[in-house]
Amino acid sequence: MIEFKNLHKRFGKLTVLDGLDLAIDKGGIFAILGPNGSGKTTLIKCLLGMVIPNKGEILFNDKSVLRKWNYRNNLNYLPQIANFPPNLTVSELIKMVKNLRPKASNESEMIQLFGLQPFLNKKLGNLSGGTKQKVNIVLTFMFDSDLIILDEPTTGLDPIALIYLKDLIQKEKSKGKTIIITTHIMSVVDELADEIVFLLDGKIYFKGSIEALKEQTQNNNLEHAIANLISKQYA
Amino acid sequence: MLKILKYSFYDLMRSRWSYVYFIFYLILGFVLLFLNNDVDKAVITLMNIIIVLTPLIGTIFGVMYYYNSREFTELLLAQPIKRRKIFIGQYLGISISLSLSLVLGLGIPFITYGLFRSTAIFDFGLLLVVGSFLNFIFVALSYNIALSTENKIKGFGYAILMWLFFAVVYDGVFLISLVLFNDYPLDKFSLITTMLNPIDLSRILILLKLDISALLGYTGAVFRKFFGTNMGMFLSMSVLTCWILIPVLTMNKKLKKKDF
Repeated sequence: MIEFKNLHKRFGKLTVLDGLDLAIDKGGIFAILGPNGSGKTTLIKCLLGMVIPNKGEILFNDKSVLRKWNYRNNLNYLPQIANFPPNLTVSELIKMVKNLRPKASNESEMIQLFGLQPFLNKKLGNLSGGTKQKVNIVLTFMFDSDLIILDEPTTGLDPIALIYLKDLIQKEKSKGKTIIITTHIMSVVDELADEIVFLLDGKIYFKGSIEALKEQTQNNNLEHAIANLISKQYA
Repeated sequence: MLKILKYSFYDLMRSRWSYVYFIFYLILGFVLLFLNNDVDKAVITLMNIIIVLTPLIGTIFGVMYYYNSREFTELLLAQPIKRRKIFIGQYLGISISLSLSLVLGLGIPFITYGLFRSTAIFDFGLLLVVGSFLNFIFVALSYNIALSTENKIKGFGYAILMWLFFAVVYDGVFLISLVLFNDYPLDKFSLITTMLNPIDLSRILILLKLDISALLGYTGAVFRKFFGTNMGMFLSMSVLTCWILIPVLTMNKKLKKKDF
């Protein structure tokens, strides 16, 4: 479904992606992991067309995405930081994003799920960080798309919202969708991910199931297995 | 593009700063007209304020809006819409809302003063047009600066320096060079240097219309001698339009290569 071919990206002297090759098949939950600054967000932003790679090719449903914009109608993205125009209300924001995408949406169901009704007519500037993140999640999940990209989705959520979010992700997966998550919270990975992609020095260091990772690092605990992978970088 | 424009316009029109800006002009207009009782003098005072203040406010609003809406812009960039449309939409949203504060803020006192029945309406109209031009120009320039500077503090600094350069430093350098090269014919030099600064150009444009020779100064006089009043006005309007178009085009060019 998605294919990165020989992807290079440099910011000044800093090489972030260094000839990265990765193929992601349709269906399932993929966790992109790696130490800070390993290029997780850059990789995702390349796919979204926000970062323009120096070299390489990205295919989405067998079509190149570089310098295109139409393909984005078929993916949902949850940005890392939720920050919205402070003087718009929640319902205006939802209307605006709906306006930008010519497809059906089920926002009322999502609003109900995350208990956002009392906030609909409040200005976004007056909402707390967690509530903004809930709005962010509603904006992401209200469209029906084949690919869902979540960048640190758990930031600032209360435990109940976190449970709802996990259910939501599982539900989308059961519909045959592809979900890409980056996170530093290993319990989320352990619970949700079908496959792990581990980035190091701008390349794929490991790709496979959680079991395979545990086996390779001979560690039964995912957190330690990942720490084991990262520690090789410092060695 | 219109969708983005609509919402950033809504957002800005409800912001506290738009009101402050609007009320400032409202008070200024009332005070100048009703305490002064001389429309010509009021227009000149207003001109002096507008040609310095609108560029400053446009610059600050432009940079501030860009940096504050960075995360939201990322969300928009992930939607099926071209980059250019997002940024042009935001740019127009800021410029139009600022111009509206200016036009309404000064327009209301002028209407209550009964200006529609006087001949000063054209002078005054020109003042608002020039103020709006300066808004559009300086928001575009500051957007260019913000787009090429990742660091918020630096971006802010560069933008303020840019304003300071056009509003103050430029004239100083210009005057010094006039004195230094006193022995040479300076007509063309001064004409071209004036064209290269939108603030100077606006000043001359208004003074040409007001027809106050004493205030025209050297460049203004050269301007009038060279082009006559009507041609001079037409020309300076076209150059001001270029001052909007060129920064918008460079903005567009920068966008194509920019990483977010």
